[in-house]
Amino acid sequence: MTDLSFLFTQFLGGLTTAMFLFLIASGLSLVFGVMRVLNFAHGSFYMLGAYLAWQAVQWLTPLLESFWLAALFAALVVAVLGGLVERLLLRHMYGKEELYQLLLTYALVLILGDAAKAIWGTQQLSVSRPPILDGAIEMFGTVLPLYNLFIMLAGVAIAVIGWLILARSSAGRLVRAAALDREMLGALGANVGALYTGMFMASSFLAGLSGALVTPIQSIVPGMDVEVIVEAFIVVVIGGLGSFWGTFWGSLIYGQVLSFGILIMPSFSLFSVFALMAVILIVRPWGLFGKPMR
Amino acid sequence: MKTNDLAGRIPWTLVVFLAALAVPWLGSRYDVFLATQIAISGLFAVSLNLLLGTTGLVSFGHVAYFGIGAYVCGILMKTYAMPFSIALPAAALGAAFASLVFGFFCVRLTRIYFAMLSLAFSQIIWAIAYKWNDVTGGDQGLPDVPYPDLDWMNSIPLLGDLRIAGQFYVVSLVVVGLSLAAMRRIINSPFGRILTTIRENAERASAIGVDVRRYELAAFVVAGGFAGIAGALFGIFSRGVFSDYVFWPKSAEVMIMTILGGIDHFWGPVVGAATLVLLNQEITSYTEYWSFVLGTILLVLLFAFPGGIVGGLSAGFAWLRRKRGRAISPDARRLEATGAETTSVEVKRA
Repeated sequence: MTDLSFLFTQFLGGLTTAMFLFLIASGLSLVFGVMRVLNFAHGSFYMLGAYLAWQAVQWLTPLLESFWLAALFAALVVAVLGGLVERLLLRHMYGKEELYQLLLTYALVLILGDAAKAIWGTQQLSVSRPPILDGAIEMFGTVLPLYNLFIMLAGVAIAVIGWLILARSSAGRLVRAAALDREMLGALGANVGALYTGMFMASSFLAGLSGALVTPIQSIVPGMDVEVIVEAFIVVVIGGLGSFWGTFWGSLIYGQVLSFGILIMPSFSLFSVFALMAVILIVRPWGLFGKPMR
Repeated sequence: MKTNDLAGRIPWTLVVFLAALAVPWLGSRYDVFLATQIAISGLFAVSLNLLLGTTGLVSFGHVAYFGIGAYVCGILMKTYAMPFSIALPAAALGAAFASLVFGFFCVRLTRIYFAMLSLAFSQIIWAIAYKWNDVTGGDQGLPDVPYPDLDWMNSIPLLGDLRIAGQFYVVSLVVVGLSLAAMRRIINSPFGRILTTIRENAERASAIGVDVRRYELAAFVVAGGFAGIAGALFGIFSRGVFSDYVFWPKSAEVMIMTILGGIDHFWGPVVGAATLVLLNQEITSYTEYWSFVLGTILLVLLFAFPGGIVGGLSAGFAWLRRKRGRAISPDARRLEATGAETTSVEVKRA
């Protein structure tokens, strides 16, 4: 019985990791699916979200302690920044070679990383958990912090909301159409430029939000941007670049592989997730849940 | 164009090589340090450009083969006390073999997937380097990689006067020089021409009977092998091999070097490497925000000079030459004008 509950603990740990990564990777996947741009700066937006949330908590503390307000503020600021990046920089790179798009987003990684260092320094920062979610619950002999439970639910909620928007709303229809044939959509009178800006802002919003939500359980450090972006890449590759549900399942697989990989081969769990990414790219480049691209 | 004038007759490559060779005697210890770094980075960047510029493959994991070369050479020389003359070829072969295995899978994918898979492979190498404590030293790395045994140099006049760092620089420069010469031969050979054909239009290349994947794989292996040589030299130069060398941002860094110099010219990446190394030294002496500066340079480059430094310069020179040509001979201009007319008439007829 103890053995089983131990496995359950690992499973829950994997699930928390998974839902976190889904929050981050969903935006990355969305942008790739529609714009065919692999955005290295997505990790930097995530990092900025974390720093901005910390900053907002510092500003708000004398008046009221609201983690939620701070998180919302962070996500909104990052969304605006994302919109500016798309309008002023990325827009000029559509239709050019991938190399230039990759390097443009990498230039942003370099610039934003150092900007964060200049503004917030290099020491570790942390934010305390919102009081409502301070406790923990017990499930099958495993103690699960309420905040982790909240993250799992938030992941599922984002998945459902995202899917509803994509599948049911008119904006979602435009997004899906743009993914299929951008020029045709433009010819039919849709404002593709505005759609792209909106998409990129939504993606940045998700990155900023996940950065803000991670602060109560992970300390904010320089370098979190380049670490997380590789993890997010693995997740979107497993599920299928550009596939929304694929990213969801991809995160679940990644979380469990990492969580149980540590049990089986402690020193090679890092290796196993990259190997998983490579194998999937070799066998099914479009991912487990994606469709082959023309 | 004008091969007859004086500038065209000077063997510039040789002049630059000799000037670089003179650094340990004329320059300071610090100059030798910078020159070694430039030579090694230059070789690394040129090896990447064989993929990026010549073949048109965007590899985001080229640092893997650099790292394998560094680890193979470092482990052989430090752990097994092998001589440099065995460790260096072993590093090149090890890196080439790894690129054969990884490249076999990479060339089956196109564009963004190629970039992703090469990134995944390089991260696998990083994970191994980071965790395999017994062999690679894990996160502690492999410190104190010895210099090669260069005592034989002491009996040679001039060379004997140098410190070990200077002597190693001479060895590195010769190795880099030979590697660059070999790569230039490869790029200008029929094999290299086919690689360029693939870059320009892979479909057409395959239509005229070129086995595109095989040629791409061959380019990948050659590039990986030379990256391995660069890595082996770098491990000795920096007195140790660490897992940081294989982490993915390093792949981006060498890519920036290559683009900064210009991917359309053989010497572009070398110019880019020299510029970045010198700029890094200059800028880090008064600000810690080197990445910020590098990112800004990259942005300016992407928007204003996509051809890089060499691309921009050669476009500038071509413009100047045209302008000067016109100023000197109005006849030529008239000739040009009539030439233009004839062409337009021909176009109309067609």
